[in-house]
Amino acid sequence: MRRKDVLDLDDFTPDELREVLETAAAMKEVLARPIRRVPPLRGKTIVNCFYEASTRTRVSFELAAKNLSADVVNITASGSSVEKGETLIDTTRTLQALGADMVIMRHGAAGAPYLVARELEASIINAGDGWHAHPTQALLDLFTVQSRLGSIEGRRVAIVGDILHSRVARSATWGFTTLGAQVVLCAPPTLLPIGFADAVSTGLRAKGISTPCPVTVTHDVDEALRDADVVMALRVQRERMDAGLLPSLREYSREWGITRERIAKARFGALVMHPGPMNEGVEISPEVAYGPQSVIEAQVTNGVAVRMAVMFLLAGGRAGPAV
Amino acid sequence: MSNPNNEAIRLATAHGRFLRSVVIRGGRVIDPGQGIDAITDIAIRDGFVDAVGIGIDAPAGAQVIDARGLIVTPGFVDLHTHLREPGFEYRETIATGTAAAAAGGFTTVCAMPNTEPAIDTTAVVDFIHDTARRQGSVRVYVIGAITRGRKGKALADLIELATAGVVAYSDDGDCVTDSALMRNALAYSRTTGRPVVQHAEDRALTTGAQMHEGSVSARLGLAGWPRAAEEIIVARDCELAALTGAHLHVAHVSSAGTLDFIRRARSRGVHVTAEVTPHHLTLTDTLVGGHWWSATASLPAYDTSTKVNPPLRETPDSLAMAAGLRDGVIDCIATDHAPHATTDKHCEYQTAASGISTLETALGSVLAVVHAGGLTLVEAIAALTVRPARVFGLASGTLLPGMAGDVTIFDPDREWCVDPAQFRSKGRNTPLAGHILRGQVIQTIVGGEVICDRSA
Repeated sequence: MRRKDVLDLDDFTPDELREVLETAAAMKEVLARPIRRVPPLRGKTIVNCFYEASTRTRVSFELAAKNLSADVVNITASGSSVEKGETLIDTTRTLQALGADMVIMRHGAAGAPYLVARELEASIINAGDGWHAHPTQALLDLFTVQSRLGSIEGRRVAIVGDILHSRVARSATWGFTTLGAQVVLCAPPTLLPIGFADAVSTGLRAKGISTPCPVTVTHDVDEALRDADVVMALRVQRERMDAGLLPSLREYSREWGITRERIAKARFGALVMHPGPMNEGVEISPEVAYGPQSVIEAQVTNGVAVRMAVMFLLAGGRAGPAV
Repeated sequence: MSNPNNEAIRLATAHGRFLRSVVIRGGRVIDPGQGIDAITDIAIRDGFVDAVGIGIDAPAGAQVIDARGLIVTPGFVDLHTHLREPGFEYRETIATGTAAAAAGGFTTVCAMPNTEPAIDTTAVVDFIHDTARRQGSVRVYVIGAITRGRKGKALADLIELATAGVVAYSDDGDCVTDSALMRNALAYSRTTGRPVVQHAEDRALTTGAQMHEGSVSARLGLAGWPRAAEEIIVARDCELAALTGAHLHVAHVSSAGTLDFIRRARSRGVHVTAEVTPHHLTLTDTLVGGHWWSATASLPAYDTSTKVNPPLRETPDSLAMAAGLRDGVIDCIATDHAPHATTDKHCEYQTAASGISTLETALGSVLAVVHAGGLTLVEAIAALTVRPARVFGLASGTLLPGMAGDVTIFDPDREWCVDPAQFRSKGRNTPLAGHILRGQVIQTIVGGEVICDRSA
C-alpha cells in the first residue's frame, strides 16, 4: 500500500482494499496462535490520540499495535493538555517532536485528521472524525462480509439508521461500493444526508468503477431489506429527538427497528451487523442481535485483525502470509 | 431616496490629503455613470475632477500619467468591508484594510460594524472617521449597527448614528431574526433615508452549519447551510420593506432562488437593492472537498480558506449571480472583505472563522467572469463603481466634473500569481493562493493622489 495515511476509503482503489483484506486474513491467523505477538512494528511508537470518548475502538487499536510489537501511548482528551485549551496544531507539533511513528486519531470535527496529516510526517489512521469517516470500521465490515459470504461484488448491503450523523455509514458505503456491492441507505427523511448518493456515484466514476446505481436511498425499511445480503443497523442517539429530528425512540423502533419479522424480508442467511454500541430494542431487537444471523461479535474480533493489517501495510509491510 | 430632512452624505476626506492634481492621458476611459467608453484624457485639479476629454490642459503642477493600453475607471466603491478596528486589530486595522483597498483598486470602502465595541454610538463612528483621516489610504464611510451591541434585541440610536455620518445600518455577521424588530428598523430608518442592510440567515436552519448543504457537505460530513435559510429571510424582509416603504439592501446574495424574491419585490415597486461578492460569482462548494487548479494552486480537502458565510454554493448559483448583475436584479459587487489571522483559520474546519480576504483579488475574480463571457467589461465596471455608489447615495463612482478625483487604472490582461504573503491586508485567508488571476490594478488614485502604483 503506497500511502502515508488512511483517512477514508473514498480514495482507495479496489486493489488496495483487497490488499488490506488479504493481509487481515493473515493477521487473523496470527490471532489464532497461542502467542499472538509478531515483530513487524518492534521499536515503533504508536500514539492513540482520542479526542472523543471511546473504549472499543481505542482498545482494538491498542491490541492491534501491541500484537505487532509496537509501543503504544494513549492520549485522551480529558485530563490532558487538550483540556487546557491546547490547539490541535499544538498537539500535532508535540507529537511530531516526540517522534511518533504512527498516530491513531479520533476527533469530533470532520476533517480534523486531514489537518493533522498535512502537518505531520507520521502516518495517520483516522479512527473516526465527526460525521465524516471511520475507515477501519468499514474495512472490518468488508472483511467480515468477505469471510462469511465469500464475496462482496454484486452483494446488496442495507444500512439502516441515522445515516446523516454516521461516519460508519459513509465509510462503509465507499468500501462496499468500491468493491462492486450495491448499498441501500435507509433512514427517516430527517436523518438522510441530501446528495450523498450523488457524491458517491461521482466519486466511483472518477475511480473508474461503473456499478449501476451503486447507492440508493429510501425511508422504507421493508424496501431496503428486500433481497439484502447484509443488514447493518446503526445506533440511534437520544439527542436526535432533542434536536427535533425524531418524534420518539418508540416510533423509530416501530418503523425502522431491525426485528425478526423484518429480517425475514432479506435474503435467506443474510448477515446482521452493527458497529456498536447497540441500543437493544431500539434500532435492533435482542433476538436479532444475538440470533444465528448476527456477526456482531465477529466484527469486534475482526477489527483487531484489520487494524493490524492497516498498521502493518502503512509501516511498509507487503501483503501475504509472511508475517 | 435620502430623506430631505437630513443633509446629504458628505465626502469622506482626509486633512491635507486627497487634494492633488493629476492628468491621465491616453487610457480607455470607461465611466458607465456617464456612458463614456473612449480613449481620452482626465484632468483632476486639487482633488476633484476638472475635465474629461482628448487633449485637455493639465492643471498647474499636475503629475502626468500615461495610461495608454490601460483601462481607466472611476475608483471602485465597496459597500461591504470588514476593517476589524476597533477590537480585532490582530486581524486588520483601518490602516492595513484601506491599504489593501488601494492595492485592489478600491478608493471608497464602507466599514461594517461588527467590531468590538460594535459601531452603535457616535463615539465609535467618530473614532473610525478620525482614524481613517489620519491613517487611511482611501475614503472610509461607516455603517452603523441596526441594534444595540448588534444583539438583535433593541434598536440602536439610528438618527444619532446618521447624524454622526453612517451611510447605512447593518448587523452583518448576524441576521436580525426577530420579524417585529426588523419591521421597526425598516420603518424607523425612513427618518434618515439610510438603507437597512440585512445579513439574511435563518439561524434555526443553520445551527452548526459549516458549508453549503449539498452533495459535498454530505460527503464531507459537515453540517449544511441550506439555500432556504437565506431565501426565507429575504422573502420576509421584502414584505417588511413593502409594508414600511423603507430601503432594504440585501448583503452578499448567495442563492439563485433569492433573486426571484428580489425580482418579485422590485416589480411591485418595493425599494430593494442587493450585492454579490466576487467569491460567490466565481467559486463553488466543490472547493471544500479539495481542488486542483494548477501546479502552483491546489486546495486540500477541508481547507479552511474556503469557509465563508454565506457559504460557497453550486455552479447554477454562481451563474445566476452573473445573470443577476447583467439584468440588474443585483445592483453591485461588494467584497465582504473578511480578514482573519492565521490562528483563526489554522484549525479544524468547524472551529475556523468564516470569511475570505478579498479586497486585493476582487478585480481579478470579477475579470475572470468577464474573460469567460459572463459579464461585459462595462457591466463589471458599473457594478464596481456607479452602481454601488448609487445604492448608498455616495458622491463617488463616476468622473463627472466636480466629483471626487478618484480613479482606478488597470490592465485587464496582465497575469499575476496570488501570493497572500504580499497582501497589504493582514488577512492572508484566501482560497486563491497560488492561483493565476488575469487583470491587475496598475494605479489607484484618491483625490488626485496616487496611493498605489505598480506602473514601474
